[in-house]
Parts: sequence; C-alpha cells; structure tokens
Amino acid sequence: MSLQQTPLHAAHVALGAKMVPFGGWDMPVQYAGILAEHLAVRQHVGLFDISHMGEFLVAGPTAETTLNRLFTNDVHKVAVGQAQYTLMCNATGGIIDDLILYRTAPNEFLLIVNAGNIATDFAWISQYITVNNQSDQTAALALQGPHARQILDPGLAPFHVVRQAVFGKNCWVARTGYTGEDGYEILCDNADAVFLWNEFLKRGATPCGLGARDTLRLEACLPLHGHDITGDTTPVEAGLNRFIAFDKGDFTGRDVLLQQRDHGAARKLVAFQMTAAKCPPPRQHYPVLDAGRKIGEVTSGTQSPTLGCGIGLGYVEAGSAAVGTKIEIEVRGKLFPAIIAKKPLYKRGT
Amino acid sequence: MSVPKNLKYAKSHEWVRVEGDTAVVGISDHAQRELTDIVYVELPPVGDRIEASKECAVVESVKAASDIYSPVTGDVVAVNEELSRTPELVNQDPYGKGWIFKVKMSDLPELGELMTPNDYAAHIGA
Repeated sequence: MSLQQTPLHAAHVALGAKMVPFGGWDMPVQYAGILAEHLAVRQHVGLFDISHMGEFLVAGPTAETTLNRLFTNDVHKVAVGQAQYTLMCNATGGIIDDLILYRTAPNEFLLIVNAGNIATDFAWISQYITVNNQSDQTAALALQGPHARQILDPGLAPFHVVRQAVFGKNCWVARTGYTGEDGYEILCDNADAVFLWNEFLKRGATPCGLGARDTLRLEACLPLHGHDITGDTTPVEAGLNRFIAFDKGDFTGRDVLLQQRDHGAARKLVAFQMTAAKCPPPRQHYPVLDAGRKIGEVTSGTQSPTLGCGIGLGYVEAGSAAVGTKIEIEVRGKLFPAIIAKKPLYKRGT
Repeated sequence: MSVPKNLKYAKSHEWVRVEGDTAVVGISDHAQRELTDIVYVELPPVGDRIEASKECAVVESVKAASDIYSPVTGDVVAVNEELSRTPELVNQDPYGKGWIFKVKMSDLPELGELMTPNDYAAHIGA
C-alpha cells in the first residue's frame, strides 16, 4: 500500500524533516531533533501536523443516544462547544479506538479518531448511524506549549471548541492536545493548511515531528492506541475508569468493564521509571519482571527528555501494579531496575 | 556531511581508523545524523572475539535501538568508557571523542573489502 501524504508534506520536506511511515501516512518524525522539539513544546511552543488523524461528523436527532451506546463516556454531559475524551469498545470491552468527541451543535458531533483506525472506526460506527467522513478534506495542526496562547488566543477554556477564523481561514479551534501542555488543535480545509502552518511558524512556533509527540505524550502518560491500548485490552485494565460512565445506561462492552471494575482486572497498565544512573531506554515488548519472575511487558518506552531517565508504560499483573513496586526491565537479556510510578510522569507547572 | 579521507567505511555506516594491527571503530557523521539524539551506547566487553559484519554493540537514540556491526574480525582491546556517561559524544564528535571500540585485527586483508571515502560518499549520496 502506498503511503498517503498530508497537504503539508512538501512543507515538511522543505524544512528538512525526516519522513517515516505512520498509520499508513508518510509523516515527519523529526526536523532539528526530537530532544530540541520536545523542549520547545515544554518551554515555548511547538507546531505539529496532525492531518493524518480522522475527522467524522455524526448528526441528527438520534446521534446522541447512538453515540452514547457506542462510547464509554457520557455524551449527554457534553454541552455544545465542549470536548470529551472517550473510548469505543467491542463487546468484550476491548478498545477499538480512543477519540475526542466535540459537540458542535445540539445534534451534531465531530469525532477525531486515530489515523490507523479510520477505516475500522468508520465501518463500526456506520453499522449504527450515518457517518460523514471528512478526513480526506480536513487538515489539522496542533499548536502546543506554554506560549501557544501568545500566538493564538480564541478565548477558550480547556476542552472546549469553537468555529472561528484563524488568520482569516475558517477553522475549528479546540483547546486540546496530546503533549501534556496547554495548547490548541486547529482543524481546517486542506487548502488552508500550508498558509496556517506558515503563519504559526512565522510567529515563533517550532515545527515538531511525531518523535517529539511520542516522548511528550509518554511523559504525560497519554496512551497510544495500537500500543498501550488495543482491541485486546480494556479501559479498566488501562486505568481509564474516569472516562467510563457506568451510570449512563447500557453501552457496548459495559458488562465486561463492570465485572472488571467490581472484581478487579488481572492486569493493569502502569507507568514506570528506570532507576539506574545510565541504562538503555525501555522499548515496546521488553519483558517486565518482579523479583526475577515475568509479570508483564512494556507497551511504550523512551528516554524521557524532561526526567532524564528511561520511562515507559506496560501491563503487569495486578498484584505487582502498586505505585512504588520495584521491578526490572529486561533489555537484550540483561535486567535493569525500575520502579512503578504515579501517572502522569510529567504534569505541567512541575 | 563529513567523510574524512583517512578512514575506511562499512556499508552499514561504521568507520575504521587503522593504527598498525588495531582498528578504531565508530559510526559515521551520516549515521549519527540519521539516528540523532543518542542516549545510550551498549559497548562490547573487552576481550570479546568479534567477527566482521556481525552485530557487536548497540547505539540507542530516543526513538530506536540500532545495532553496530563490526567492520573487521578480531579481539576487542578497548572500549570508549566515556560513552557510558556521555553517549552524546557520538553525535558531537563521531570521528573523534565518539569512537566506540578498538579491535586487534586477526584478518588484515579484510580491510580491502571496506569502502573508500569516495565510495562511501557515493553510497550515502553525499
């Protein structure tokens, strides 16, 4: 399958980006370097092309009740102009995708889904209601960092969305992100993407690739679908109970999730930090051990630029999942010490 | 992109500086730029026997772990311990302070199979 390109592809190449395949798309993994881009977002402001992500419109008098049976969080609690993080599960509670839902009108919802799951999500939701897939004509930028508001200030509270002109272009602007920092996600027509990208760069935003996006989200312990959460893991196992509205009535996967909540899940997604002074960064699939016994596996790992040590997420047996538990990560046959830490590993302002 | 004239190169982007029957090995400027932000180097144990074209060390960037292949056959006689504390030397000075290990070569004619600076420059499109 040939890789898809976002409207900003040529702009990335012109900036000297290193391009890699991601979710079926040819995307920039880095420009100047992951560390520099990571720090730009933590200290100033960075700009990401997230046009690969999917955008679905679902509308009509039955939209709210239908989506409420498909998603774990309570759509009813989302007012017009608000955003909500939610999960779409299969009948056994496995996570088909995690997404952001915006209520854009009383009976209209905009869903932002993962690039690699666009086809799956579209097929799944379409079984229940008509989905208007806007992904091919919609571009998206993420402006993230403590200085984002010096460049763009739509007067939005966190997790809110508004239809607004940005440098004269019609956009959806949401105060959301995937970095653990304050900032905005801006949806626009494909035709306006290059113009807006350049306007943000002119105003001092640092272009950032998927490499920094991964280290930033991992420090903030935001899960990545296909790695930390999958069709075989549930939101309860992933520690995402606060995004499950058990009291809202039935929804797909509820029975299994309720069972796990009340009787305990066998495994838990934990965050950990390497504790040795210098050790290799943890990576996906590395074994996790407790006193020499394998208790799980790393699902995401990296060297944390902010903390200066290896960090990761992984599933471990529930009995070994308490914060403070000393564990070991096996790297190429050798064991390195780590400790289960409180999520998130990085919180802004700390 | 720097490709010093006094070195020999492997297709897998390691360089060799010949000092008598000893080979000093590191990774090229091109390789460190491709990897970027090196955060860990796993060195081979001194005394280990290593073979040409076999992996013998690992360089880890933020993003990924990459194997380093020995360009020559022989015994590891020294490793750059500095890299345990400051792996970023591989980025900052790939042909100098960022050297990785030294091998006492047991098969000197093998050197003839490595690339010249000109061939390596063509190989990386420099």
